[in-house]
Amino acid sequence: MAETRKIILDPVIDNNPVMLQVLGICSALAVTTSLLPALLMCIAMTSVAALSGAAISSIRGRIPNNIRIIVQITIIASFVIVVDQLLKAYAFETSKQLSVFVGLIITNCIILGRAEAFAMSNGVGLSFLDGVGNGLGYSVVLLAVATLRELFGAGSLFGAQILPLTSNGGWYEANGLMLLPPSAFFIIGLLIWAVRAVRPKQVEKPEYQIHEVHRTEVL
Amino acid sequence: MPDAKKPGFSRDSISNTLIVAVGVSLVCSVLVSSAAIVLRPLQEANQNEFRQRIVLEVAGLYDPAVPVDEQFGNIETRLVDLETGEYVDGMDPQSFDPEAAANDPQLGVTIPKERDIAGISRRAVYAPVYIVKEDGAPRQYILPVRGKGLWSTLYGYLSVEPDGNTVSGLRFYEHAETPGLGDQIEKEPWLAQWPGKKLYDEQGNPQIEVIRGSVQSGPNEIHQVDGLSGATLTANGVTYLIRYWIGSHGFGPYLAQVSSEANDNG
Repeated sequence: MAETRKIILDPVIDNNPVMLQVLGICSALAVTTSLLPALLMCIAMTSVAALSGAAISSIRGRIPNNIRIIVQITIIASFVIVVDQLLKAYAFETSKQLSVFVGLIITNCIILGRAEAFAMSNGVGLSFLDGVGNGLGYSVVLLAVATLRELFGAGSLFGAQILPLTSNGGWYEANGLMLLPPSAFFIIGLLIWAVRAVRPKQVEKPEYQIHEVHRTEVL
Repeated sequence: MPDAKKPGFSRDSISNTLIVAVGVSLVCSVLVSSAAIVLRPLQEANQNEFRQRIVLEVAGLYDPAVPVDEQFGNIETRLVDLETGEYVDGMDPQSFDPEAAANDPQLGVTIPKERDIAGISRRAVYAPVYIVKEDGAPRQYILPVRGKGLWSTLYGYLSVEPDGNTVSGLRFYEHAETPGLGDQIEKEPWLAQWPGKKLYDEQGNPQIEVIRGSVQSGPNEIHQVDGLSGATLTANGVTYLIRYWIGSHGFGPYLAQVSSEANDNG
């Protein structure tokens, strides 16, 4: 039981795929301008991570080493296409906003990373939970970023106006930068800083830090 | 994994590699294709409703509170023979698919290279038009348009007033232009400039243009729309596709017919 908890909760804060491993940044920039597409993206990503983890784990004893990445990608891609088709059938409007980024889940490093690092050497149930956990870790960051961006960029949450905009006669001047991809970079950077200030354990060891190179070291 | 524990089993053997490769491909393709087939009717219904909604939006009639089907009842759909500009009867305009027809040897024509400024190479001989009426009199003619942008084909609707010259609205509903740059063509601030612009000059030549930078006051102001910074090629695509579709190879003859009708009645 303790292990299950750890597998699900660890990736949320202590070993967050976005904040600690800095993976999956591309989609975190692209789909976080408003909450609804971000939420849908999180659900899509989490279900693909969990299902592909379980599927890969179930045949892990048979997957030949030299084609293992291809097999993993094939399985991941199939789940992504199914999820994409489901979104087009049941959440048409939002799936239009997500455009290519659902398809790009295939190339999301978090999913392939978990397949290779976890599902290839753990049981089906655990791999499924590991996928759920990493999906949740990704979701926490995405939803946090999307909340900030939608609130300060458009004055709304889930499309409901919270801060009345000056363009509609209110008092809040919308911050246009928040709607552009760079703002997600700043927000993720600040989040990483905040988490590492609270949990200094996450700070890289000195040899991984950027430091000045002195002439003597080059020799 | 019972197989893995059998003595003599090697997962790296050629036979196992082939079995896994073929097996995984088969299972995955069945999964993907059954999802596609099962969900297609729903997706097509969504797509159809979406298009009708865009037509209503171009017309400025869309009301989110009323079902799209019901609102669309006020709009007449007709099929037009593009060469003559006459209406075609005897075919169902609702089920006519101009993109599929474009590739049909009978229903499509190849656009001569020098005239194919929209970069679409073929078009159907007929095209649907949506006529918005008010008290029996036509108020707007909504024409489907499409053409190449920078990365993708842009699909949209152009709404023209009964004079056959004044734009009353423009919307794009499908494209894959650069997010944040080219995709401004589907956003309100830019689209809001279009109503009131004139498509043709005095001689009846298509003059409408998305320029670089912003429109300066002058004699051509009425034909010009602000460019999109960072999206010049997408904007050029819009200019060319609209000029093609209002030109003599597109809806030109039809719009001429429409405007002479309006003059007769007025």
